[in-house]
Amino acid sequence: MTEKAEEAEKTPPALRITIDTDICIGSGQCALTAPGVFTQDDDGLSALLPGKEDGTDDPLAREAARACPVQAISLTEV
Amino acid sequence: MTEAAIRPLTPQTPPFPADRTCPYHPPVDYEPLKNAGTMHRATLYDGREVWMVTGHAEARALLTDKRLSTDRRSPGFPVIAPRAENQAEVVIPLLGVDDPLHAAQRRMLIPSFTLKRVAAMRPQIQRIVDGLLDTMAEQGGPTDLVASFALPVPSMVICSLLGVPYDDHEFFEQCSRKLLTAETAGESKAARLDLEDYLLDLVVKKEAEPGEGLLDELIADRLAAGELDRHELVLMALLLLVAGHETTSNMIALGMYTLLEHPEELEALRADPSLIPGAVEELLRFLSIADGMVRVALEDIELDGGGVIKTGEGVILSTSMINRDAGTYEDPDGLDVRRSARHHVAFGFGVHQCLGQNLARAELEIALTALLTRFPTLRLAVPADQVPLKPGDTLQGLFAMPVTW
Repeated sequence: MTEKAEEAEKTPPALRITIDTDICIGSGQCALTAPGVFTQDDDGLSALLPGKEDGTDDPLAREAARACPVQAISLTEV
Repeated sequence: MTEAAIRPLTPQTPPFPADRTCPYHPPVDYEPLKNAGTMHRATLYDGREVWMVTGHAEARALLTDKRLSTDRRSPGFPVIAPRAENQAEVVIPLLGVDDPLHAAQRRMLIPSFTLKRVAAMRPQIQRIVDGLLDTMAEQGGPTDLVASFALPVPSMVICSLLGVPYDDHEFFEQCSRKLLTAETAGESKAARLDLEDYLLDLVVKKEAEPGEGLLDELIADRLAAGELDRHELVLMALLLLVAGHETTSNMIALGMYTLLEHPEELEALRADPSLIPGAVEELLRFLSIADGMVRVALEDIELDGGGVIKTGEGVILSTSMINRDAGTYEDPDGLDVRRSARHHVAFGFGVHQCLGQNLARAELEIALTALLTRFPTLRLAVPADQVPLKPGDTLQGLFAMPVTW
């Protein structure tokens, strides 16, 4: 394991993401903006990609939250 | 509340909607509103004054405010053109209803418009685009790009998605055009009723003999279960059919026109087609073809900058002005295919944001890429100022676009 990878393992991701699927309208703006973090489930609603449940360092996650037309995405700094 | 705070922020109220002079710039009548605040008053054709929103932050806040209704039956709902005088007679699903009914209707449709579903449709969109361009190449120029390409692309795509026979396209395209551009409410209503009759026939046929398409799915899953009645389904089909082809066709033709008028930007795209998805966003921002989302206040809304939108007052959100807010976009009146045009409101914002936006993006990307590649010498066949523009009170675009190559 490289030093960098070890460090990444120790440092928790900076942003934890919560999706309110009750208000999601399935616009897909999150998955379009941050395709490495979000997807749409079979109902078309926003969902996190596997492995992103504990958080992400992807800077596009913030853009995705801003792009959401109904503010269904909330971010918490970990 | 002082009287000064509710006084119009601009000394003269512009008419809304006004006609564009340049096909890709907001109407000259809105010029005085630029750099003069974000909340204005405008005058409708019937003399009524309404709020006109031109600020990006204000638009995002108001479009997510549940105190603004899009239901034409809500007291005081503004009428923006004579053709809409009887708008409260019919409840158009989705865009004419508020939550919770809106959310229930939208949830029936979103699985068909996800990024994955759109990605799966791309090869078919590409075949449609290539086929139309083959015909254009065989027949030779000059031709009307609207009739030979910009209209049939989205029309064929939405027919396939819904399960509507494209053979009927002349009929429903003509009805759609009348519905959206007729002078009087009577003519517009007649066109709507013709479309309703047509779609009711189609639904009844499909109930007896199911085919493959979104309408067939809705019949099997929703109509049968009683979640939709037949008239609601017909109106939903009408909305999807009209919105599916009238909007994107305007964007394809006007987008190409705008690129031809900005040759440096056009050359940048030819040299590097990977810029096209970004260029599509920029064209959506720059052209704002659905210029004016209409709402009415169900309660008083205090504005951050002072003033109150009073209960029953009309609110117009001018996408062409909001998307050129200098506080959000640098050099907003310049077309820059390399800029990040993200967060534009060309598709709206809030719960009513365009259901088909990702399909529209795919169609625009594929159509413009193919057009630039296949017809590198494409140019207008008439002087640029002689291309017929649609009036300000409907979707913005070109009635025809004569081109040659």
